[in-house]
Amino acid sequence: MKEEELNFGKEKFSLTMIPGNATRSMRTCVVWQFIRFLVLNVKMIIVVRKSH
Amino acid sequence: MARLVVLGGGVSGHTTATFAAKWLGSKHEVVVVTPNSKWNWIPSNIWVGVGQMTKEEVTFDLAPVYKKAGIIYHQAKAVSINPEGSASNEKPFVTIEYTEAGKAGETEIVEYDYLVNATGPKLNFDATPGLGDGNGQMGDNTVSVCTAEHAVHASHKLAEAIEKMKGGTRQKFLVGTGHGLCTCQGAAFEYVFNIENECRKAGVRDMADIKWISNESFLGDFGMGGLHMKVGGYVVSSKLFAESLYAERGVDWLIGAHTSKVEKGKVEYELLDGSKGEEAFDFAMLIPPFAGVGLKAYDKAGEDITGTVFAPNGFMKVDADYTAKPYAEWRASDWPRTYQNPTYSNMFAAGIAFAPPHLISKPMKSPNGTPINPTPPRTGMPSGIIGKAVAYSVCDMIKKGDKAHLHEASMAEMGAACVASAGKGVLTGTAAAMTVYPVVPDFEKYPGTGRDTDYTFGEVGLAGHWIKHILHFLFIYKAKLNPGWTLIPE
Ligand SMILES: Cc1cc2nc3c(=O)[nH]c(=O)nc-3n(C[C@H](O)[C@H](O)[C@H](O)COP(=O)(O)OP(=O)(O)OC[C@H]3O[C@@H](n4cnc5c(N)ncnc54)[C@H](O)[C@@H]3O)c2cc1C
Repeated sequence: MKEEELNFGKEKFSLTMIPGNATRSMRTCVVWQFIRFLVLNVKMIIVVRKSH
Repeated sequence: MARLVVLGGGVSGHTTATFAAKWLGSKHEVVVVTPNSKWNWIPSNIWVGVGQMTKEEVTFDLAPVYKKAGIIYHQAKAVSINPEGSASNEKPFVTIEYTEAGKAGETEIVEYDYLVNATGPKLNFDATPGLGDGNGQMGDNTVSVCTAEHAVHASHKLAEAIEKMKGGTRQKFLVGTGHGLCTCQGAAFEYVFNIENECRKAGVRDMADIKWISNESFLGDFGMGGLHMKVGGYVVSSKLFAESLYAERGVDWLIGAHTSKVEKGKVEYELLDGSKGEEAFDFAMLIPPFAGVGLKAYDKAGEDITGTVFAPNGFMKVDADYTAKPYAEWRASDWPRTYQNPTYSNMFAAGIAFAPPHLISKPMKSPNGTPINPTPPRTGMPSGIIGKAVAYSVCDMIKKGDKAHLHEASMAEMGAACVASAGKGVLTGTAAAMTVYPVVPDFEKYPGTGRDTDYTFGEVGLAGHWIKHILHFLFIYKAKLNPGWTLIPE
């Protein structure tokens, strides 16, 4: 049994999607998150500029 | 010399007052009337509520900042507005009541040429029996993170619950909205995942039953009718995005719920299908519904004109289209652009204090006639942008005359960046970083989702946590008017 799939056992959660191990570890992978940090900042700055 | 009086020294009012003081210089006066002695970066109250920040880290004294900016500061609350003056006063004025130690309870009138109402929300705990104490304050049955003081109290209760779990006693956590007409689901969303994270860090996650209760008709509505965003090559609804996070973290949910009564250890609720039920808890954080702060208005003869100036929910009427119409006929153009009061052109409302024309989420009622739907959020970024636009308008009116062009900031043409913390930690923290553009969907411009999916996105990760943490320092730095503060956008 994969740990990330355990919660599908609960009826409430069975119809949604749950990230797998790889996606979860990328969420706290410092190198990848640093790249996402740069990307997110650029995207947010664009939204902020469009809003002013 | 003209005098601008700003009511409320929160996110929106502080923005208006500080920019107006900078642009007007010493030739004109800017006065702030606000009952709080400290400014609070409210989004970080979430971290105070789980013991990860102190109250001192999220607040600072307003007096020295206003002194530096040349702003006259009254630590007082506004009680009423006389937009035409009175029999004995030619000029319009507000009546204020001091809250400052030593002067508390004293009243005074403050005349104005221009008035900006940025008084934010009244935390209407008493709307739900047992959520309030009957005197307008939070009751004993639940906790809140809406103010820094509330958040400190919540963190102590959370620490007690964690200790009990360590001692072998299971704890049930209930987090969400305390009434069918609440807004601010985002704050409760952050808090529930921060609690979950703290339980994991303390090694007691298996002893915690965590449940979300909310008036949203679907998870991820957030008072904005949900949003569609690009994720992994798909355009998906925030419903799927939110459900996925709840399922991943094992947080159960109860939605479409109007919390009708709160008692010690128990809430009663009514659901959208009309059924009623109860939910037990050991620890509950339920956001109260918001209302206007209850300002009154009087005409020159002293007649009560509160109903002319304010909507029934206590928020100030502005240039929105308040005509009652069905959901299918709601338009982006119903939303205000200048925030000028339609009756008194020298009066504006900014941030949460303005009356929205209608909901953003689809209106819903239970078969018993109970409305159960989120009311529209006005988060930090829109509140700041509106505050700045209003400051521009007032400064132009002062410098160029009353016919000056008014600056516009419609929520149907502005986006919002929302970073919802899902747990704090420099290397282990996560947050859902989302942007939505525009805040109010415009189905004429963007048929389908109502929003521009190139600028509406969301993802969960450590990067979001870093951004949220940086924003904490950045906005406090800006609010303190430190060098370069004007370069930091709202
Ligand atoms: C727990 C929590 C977390 C949040 N997190 C986020 C987030 O992550 N991102 C985000 O964008 N937004 C967030 N928000 C929303 C954000 O805090 C608000 O959008 C913002 O504070 C609204 O600004 P405002 O100036 O309208 O109101 P406020 O900031 O509430 O300011 C209102 C001011 O008016 C004063 N006042 C009240 N009554 C009177 C009176 N009678 N006379 C004079 N002054 C008065 C109050 O003391 C206060 O200083 C959060 C809100 C909460 C509660």
